[in-house]
Amino acid sequence: MIFVTVGTQLPFERLIQVVDDWASKNPKVEVFAQIGQTRYVTTNIITVVSMTPDEYEQKLSEADVIIGHVGMGTIISGVKYGKPLILMPRHADKGEHRNDHQLSTAKQFGKLSLVSVVDSYKELELAIEQTFKVNAEAPGEDVLSVSATLINTISNFVKGI
Amino acid sequence: MTKALFVSSSGGHWVQMCRLEPAFSDCELIYASTERSYHQHHPDNAFYYIPDASRWNKLRLLWQAFVVLITLLKVRPDVIITTGASVGLFALFFGRKLGSKTIWVDSIANCDTLSLSGIKAKKYADLYLTQWEHLADDDGPLFAGSVI
Repeated sequence: MIFVTVGTQLPFERLIQVVDDWASKNPKVEVFAQIGQTRYVTTNIITVVSMTPDEYEQKLSEADVIIGHVGMGTIISGVKYGKPLILMPRHADKGEHRNDHQLSTAKQFGKLSLVSVVDSYKELELAIEQTFKVNAEAPGEDVLSVSATLINTISNFVKGI
Repeated sequence: MTKALFVSSSGGHWVQMCRLEPAFSDCELIYASTERSYHQHHPDNAFYYIPDASRWNKLRLLWQAFVVLITLLKVRPDVIITTGASVGLFALFFGRKLGSKTIWVDSIANCDTLSLSGIKAKKYADLYLTQWEHLADDDGPLFAGSVI
């Protein structure tokens, strides 16, 4: 199952549209998408507007691949479950976010072995194909852990209160 | 027991903030966010809902600031920690006036510059942190590591 999520803040029509197009050509693959408040009407995928944290965790654990925007929540959650992530950055000039920070996030986190960054239908199609192939052979592995110095710095500050 | 308020907007800010819980091992943790269903993450802790707002909608921002203030008056935390955005900035602003110690951890999504609310938070944060070493500055935020 492919799980698509656009996060809690804003819809992301461009992403949903290319996923819907892809699904029309790949009807055998189940696609479940959380799409936010959006005007675009999908024809090939199951959608919900929003999800509770429990439903979200459930889908993350069931998914073979996660498709989403380049949000830190999506990256951290996906890596936690060891799932391949195909991420499309939001562009400010297309009205998809307030600024272009997702482009720099994409540059930083595109380096993770589980993460592929895409920006068009063609790239999405290729990334899904690659992900299914590579994942069948040897799933990628990334570990994201909280820095001990960060925890100690905050912990010492709190103890000093 | 030290009362710690964790407050942030929904999504990535929240996910990052919750990864800092181990730093508060002997504290009573209280949560507040702009997404009601997040109480599910910590069903045994007190949770306060704060209305969402973006900086484009001034009226909603004012309402959000007011609800943050009311929440602080109810909770009276000893320490407040946030990863953003406007809701966290309001919490530090009012929190400090009310005598709380304040911690700002700027979101790791901001790898080129500090976030807008992060820049404004400087004045109100007792502990002021960035998660990117290259954004640390002698009279700006401190870098001590990241949540990933």
